[in-house]
Amino acid sequence: MPRQPLRIGNGAGFWGDNLDAPYLLTRDGRLDVLTLEYLAELTLAILSHLRSKNPQAGYVGDFPDLLQRLAPHLAQNERVQIVTNGGGLNPSACARACGAILAGSHLGDLPLGVVTGDDVLGRLSEWSEAGVNLSHMDTGEPIAPVMERLVCANVYLGARPITDALLQGSRIVVTGRVADASLTLGPACAAFGWAWDDWPRLAGASAAGHIIECGAQATGGLWHRWDDVPDLAGIGYPIAEVHEDGSAVITKVEGSGGLVSRGTVAEQIVYEIDDPSRYRTPDVDVDFTTLKLYESGPNQVKVSGTTGRPPSDTLKLAAVYRDGWTASGLLAVVGRGAEAKAHASGWILLERLRRAGCQFADSLVECLGAGCVVPGVLRSPGPAFEIVLRVTVRDPNRAAVERFCREFAPLVTSGPSGIAGYATGRPSPRPAFGYWPALVPRALVDSRVEVRTAGEWARSALS
Amino acid sequence: MSHDPGFAHESHGHPLFPRLGDLAHARSGDKGNRANIGVVAYDEACYTWLRQHLTEHVVADYFRPLGIGAVQRYELPNILAFNFVIEDALGGGASRSLRLDSQGKALGVALLELRVPGRDAPRGTS
Repeated sequence: MPRQPLRIGNGAGFWGDNLDAPYLLTRDGRLDVLTLEYLAELTLAILSHLRSKNPQAGYVGDFPDLLQRLAPHLAQNERVQIVTNGGGLNPSACARACGAILAGSHLGDLPLGVVTGDDVLGRLSEWSEAGVNLSHMDTGEPIAPVMERLVCANVYLGARPITDALLQGSRIVVTGRVADASLTLGPACAAFGWAWDDWPRLAGASAAGHIIECGAQATGGLWHRWDDVPDLAGIGYPIAEVHEDGSAVITKVEGSGGLVSRGTVAEQIVYEIDDPSRYRTPDVDVDFTTLKLYESGPNQVKVSGTTGRPPSDTLKLAAVYRDGWTASGLLAVVGRGAEAKAHASGWILLERLRRAGCQFADSLVECLGAGCVVPGVLRSPGPAFEIVLRVTVRDPNRAAVERFCREFAPLVTSGPSGIAGYATGRPSPRPAFGYWPALVPRALVDSRVEVRTAGEWARSALS
Repeated sequence: MSHDPGFAHESHGHPLFPRLGDLAHARSGDKGNRANIGVVAYDEACYTWLRQHLTEHVVADYFRPLGIGAVQRYELPNILAFNFVIEDALGGGASRSLRLDSQGKALGVALLELRVPGRDAPRGTS
């Protein structure tokens, strides 16, 4: 008898996504697995900034908060598992925080697995000295000039350690950087016992993972006919029913808002990919050009026929380096000639800074409402009567960027007429980061799995 | 009453050419300093017509003011889609770009306003 499909719901597409979505998905979604994908390309850099102020920080704090809300449900529903990359740069600290919350909710016996090994920052100089090529994978530039400024360097791990953690009994698996699709493939492999060279099945579940990884983007978010999407305010987050043969049905919680159709799923398949015949994950090279989409019911799209090939023997490394400071401020400019006034105001602001001795490595004046979002490509005909002026700078010198932040207020009294909106506050300097992708030999990377009970994780906080 | 935007490129404003948004829908995003735009045709006829007319050259020309690099088009006939990968589209990438849209989220919607140079386009079934 064929095994029941595995219902995997993804309740977060990035850190900062809707706080209620994963709760509602777990409460109403009849899930076997809840996944939470929190880590965009630069999220780890932001987490490293937080960890530099507090060694116990560096993970996604939304996740322990969510567990607090989900604890009663986890106690009642013995089945649902949670897999998340919310451990960020500090999965063990995340597990300790989660352990304390679970132990406080009478769930101290709940097994919680932690996957580490993705964080390779401490190994880069050794690799570099040993001749490992860490050049930028797009530009070919050598890494040496940014090596001293690296704040994080993480390899994308695959599904295997997640599967291992689940097979060792984990109800919750906390990871750092793993490939987004692996969050879905890991539990599918644990449930179905697929071989790690069963390329069509691995590819099928990975395609499902790719479709649901950005949350509501698969269920009617970003849809061009947004005004036809039922109850966008109550949009349901996506569920992939992964079948034993590797096919999947993409759907959402019955009765929730949003839309799952061939169109919404097709658009998400081509979201943030390169060559669609070779979507690379650590687990499998997925071929999206072979799959078929079929509307099997209202808000149900069957994804079948996905094929895959063995992955390469390299893993993607995503490193981030400090690149000075940046800040950005906004003011509204209204009335006749708003665009000219906004341009002039931006120039005046930068000119005042120049006369004060502040030059910037990079600066940009944007007139939002006058075609500056996609500059030179798309703009409305005729003059705008309202423009949002946005001025942004980046420079290695923090003091210069701080001075920039103070230069907005004077424009309200000493610039052209019709400038409004300073009450929204002075901008503040933020660290700027550069992104450094590279490919490293798979053999250099070791992932580790550690499963303990929530209570044990909580007590480890004291040591 | 629909309102027709203007264009920096006169050649793309030709009213006899079909607006891409009448033949397809799209979404866009980033990978490093590359952007990609997934374009999904409304039906087979639209896909076939776009395969001939929505070339890499046409897309590169449209986005030239952004200072982009090479454009590569991939085809997914199984889901009536194209994937356009655009080098150097984001002014340094999500981390370094000073642009408001440092992640290229608006590029897909912008592309739908392109008037695709070509005659006898099918009617989309949007």
